[in-house]
Amino acid sequence: MQLGRVVGCVWATVKDANLEGYRLLVVQPVTADLRDTGKRLVCTDWTGAGAGETIYWVRGREASIAFLPGQPPSDATIVGIVDVVHQAAKAGKTVRRKPERQ
Amino acid sequence: MILARVVGTVVATRKDPRLEGKTLLVLKPVTPEGKDDAGYVVAVDTVGAGYRERVLAVAGSSARMAEGCKDVPVDTAIVGIVDDVRLD
Repeated sequence: MQLGRVVGCVWATVKDANLEGYRLLVVQPVTADLRDTGKRLVCTDWTGAGAGETIYWVRGREASIAFLPGQPPSDATIVGIVDVVHQAAKAGKTVRRKPERQ
Repeated sequence: MILARVVGTVVATRKDPRLEGKTLLVLKPVTPEGKDDAGYVVAVDTVGAGYRERVLAVAGSSARMAEGCKDVPVDTAIVGIVDDVRLD
């Protein structure tokens, strides 16, 4: 799973019947320090995440498993909204980062 | 899933029999901002996308979950035609 930030949404009227009813959000992958990294992609949303929220997403075949018994053809799904990221700093201290809503 | 633009078609006479009757399109990946991204990809069309249309494509084994692609040897399928992308 990877961290990301919701930066937009996608409208598509004509789509696969199994994608009907799912939200499609544009996600910017971020590092553990919540800095932008890599290319933006489109994810289906399982959580109801909103714009600017930090989330984690799953890629691959597992992306559609979040929606079982539904089987949408998706290779990236937002499966959680991040409250806070704890990360071990070099000096052995824990850094606590709370995502800011943008 | 990636956003892409339809830039061409592929004609293949000799192919896996399970791919018979499927439309193969050449896609150019685009960023959500609308700029061209690197590379090209050939995808199976399941929604009837047309030339120059912006589409949503699913890659990897999830592509086989698209309409009519069950047990078909595909790794990229077009699953939606994009009306609009709104960036916050």
